[in-house]
Amino acid sequence: MTGFGGFILRRAVGALVTLFALSVIIYVVFYVTPGNVAQITCGPRCSPAQVQQVAGQLHLDDPLYARYWHFLQGLFVGQDYSTGTSVQHCSAPCLGLSYQSDQQVTELILAKLPVTASLALGAMVLWLVIGVGTGVLSVWRRGRLTERLLTTLTLAGMSTPVFVIGLVLMIVVCGQLELLPFPQYVAFTDDPEQWAWNLLLPWLSLALIESATYARLTRASMLETLAEDHVRTFRAYGVGERGIIWRHALRGAVAPLIAVNANNIGVLFGGAVLTETLFGLPGIGQEMVEAVKVVDLPVVVGMVLVTGFFVVLANAVADVLYAVADRRVVLT
Amino acid sequence: MSAPGASGARQLWRRLRTQRSALVAAVVVALLVLVALGAPLLTAIEGQDPTTYHPSLVDSARGGVPIGSFGGVSAEHWLGVEPQTGRDLFARLVHGARVSLGVALAATVVQLVLGVVIGVAAGLGNRWVDLVLTRIADIFVAMPLMVVALALLAIVPTSFPRPVLVALVVGLVSGWGTLAKMVRAQTLTLKELDYVAAARLSGWGTVRIARRELLPGLATPVITFAAILVPTNITVEAALSFLGVGVKPPTPSWGQMLTSADVWYQAAPQYLLLPAGALFVTVLALTVLGDGVRTALDPRAASRLSVGTGRKQEAKGEVS
Repeated sequence: MTGFGGFILRRAVGALVTLFALSVIIYVVFYVTPGNVAQITCGPRCSPAQVQQVAGQLHLDDPLYARYWHFLQGLFVGQDYSTGTSVQHCSAPCLGLSYQSDQQVTELILAKLPVTASLALGAMVLWLVIGVGTGVLSVWRRGRLTERLLTTLTLAGMSTPVFVIGLVLMIVVCGQLELLPFPQYVAFTDDPEQWAWNLLLPWLSLALIESATYARLTRASMLETLAEDHVRTFRAYGVGERGIIWRHALRGAVAPLIAVNANNIGVLFGGAVLTETLFGLPGIGQEMVEAVKVVDLPVVVGMVLVTGFFVVLANAVADVLYAVADRRVVLT
Repeated sequence: MSAPGASGARQLWRRLRTQRSALVAAVVVALLVLVALGAPLLTAIEGQDPTTYHPSLVDSARGGVPIGSFGGVSAEHWLGVEPQTGRDLFARLVHGARVSLGVALAATVVQLVLGVVIGVAAGLGNRWVDLVLTRIADIFVAMPLMVVALALLAIVPTSFPRPVLVALVVGLVSGWGTLAKMVRAQTLTLKELDYVAAARLSGWGTVRIARRELLPGLATPVITFAAILVPTNITVEAALSFLGVGVKPPTPSWGQMLTSADVWYQAAPQYLLLPAGALFVTVLALTVLGDGVRTALDPRAASRLSVGTGRKQEAKGEVS
């Protein structure tokens, strides 16, 4: 197959195979790993008989292949679950029921997604503006004090874990200066203004850390382009420095920026575990931490798969955009 | 491509020495390693240990705030004591360096071994071996590190030695996929070179060719990649411990110290600032050193004093 259509098709098939293999690996690892899931789910006061009953109800004693088949069935055709007293139907795509709340994992994830999406998209706007802006500025002022200052700041940004900058920001802005209240998530649909104010610090923390990567990437790509022969030709034709930087050098940075940004967004949609935990945002990441604490396997497996899905999807989209943005890329 | 062995190392050092920032970073890293190795000695000089509770040094009536100025700084406790428990902060900080660096290095070794072995095998193997191994590497590139590590660490019973487990999980889940793909590409290039072809013609086995002829040629990209992996692994360990699934108490860890630091920032600011500062300095020094190593090994990078272009950046772990 040749051409652009074939390229997209091959990428899509590759992404699907990767995702399928990811689900098998995660399933095998999580279900083979020792640990008394039935006891933890039932609670510390359960008698051995009750634990046995829970294990039966959750199919914990079934062989691995039966459980994976069960899982696939749920994913593609839906599944009926007996919760002891009633039967609950979980339609496809079904990732199972939470051991803790009997809630459907897909519903649980959908309920948390707006929080995580708000965090990820808002932060993305900020880190692109700050990161690309810093990169362009340091190329514009290259060889001067501004560039050294920005390079140092960028290095500092790359070396700070997000929970450290988040902690410090929260303590200084909310605790000491009392400029903002401690963040508490408000849905966009309830009150857009409060939504933005409460997300400001989480956005800033994430963006300040992430923008460092973008600044470095922008700067490096632009410097690479500026060293190329065609730029010298443009200069010889009398194109000004402003035009060279914005129109030609920055263009060289677009493709790698897209690739890295897609990957970051994919990961973030699967839950910014640290940022959400630190600021108490009830998103996918925080739900994941909660589920992990009580070994709620269907929720854990479901979330890992959804995150993997976002990463694979984002990377596939990035590959396509990459090819569109940079015609030199050979389609394979 | 630098020659292997002592001469290569000497050449790397000579080029590294000309970069002032890399030199400073190398000194800082060396000091940190010394502190980590000598942690028991340092705490013995202070006369404390990281796990003994000192209930008499905290004010239980005020919720466990350290007694005395600056969070309980004294001749016995150089950096004060931990709120609530009264454990010695200096001892916990230097022993934390041990955990942080130890776990990060061990994880890096796992990543390097996996990445090189799988990458070389894919590059030298037949079409099917290559396809399967590349696909596996792809899967691990797509593996969401924090989420998977969180899940794995929560499920494995706590009886398993925790720092070893953290290093294993971080090493197995992250980093090596990208390295394996890079090594594979490099192997495919090297395989076509005359000296490798000559070795094959003289009847050398695949393993011997890989060990004697390919590994030296792979040294440069692998060292460069390792230099990115170490600081990332430090951050990941701190993040996991911060979330409470990494190294468990009473073993001290910087990330773990930060978990409850926000509650105490007014009474004992150093309880927040010390582990945060230690983390920052360590990761910064390792990053600058890594940049220096990359510049020293890649003459193209040296010419424009810039670091990291294109998709190489994806090697950096996503810890959000």
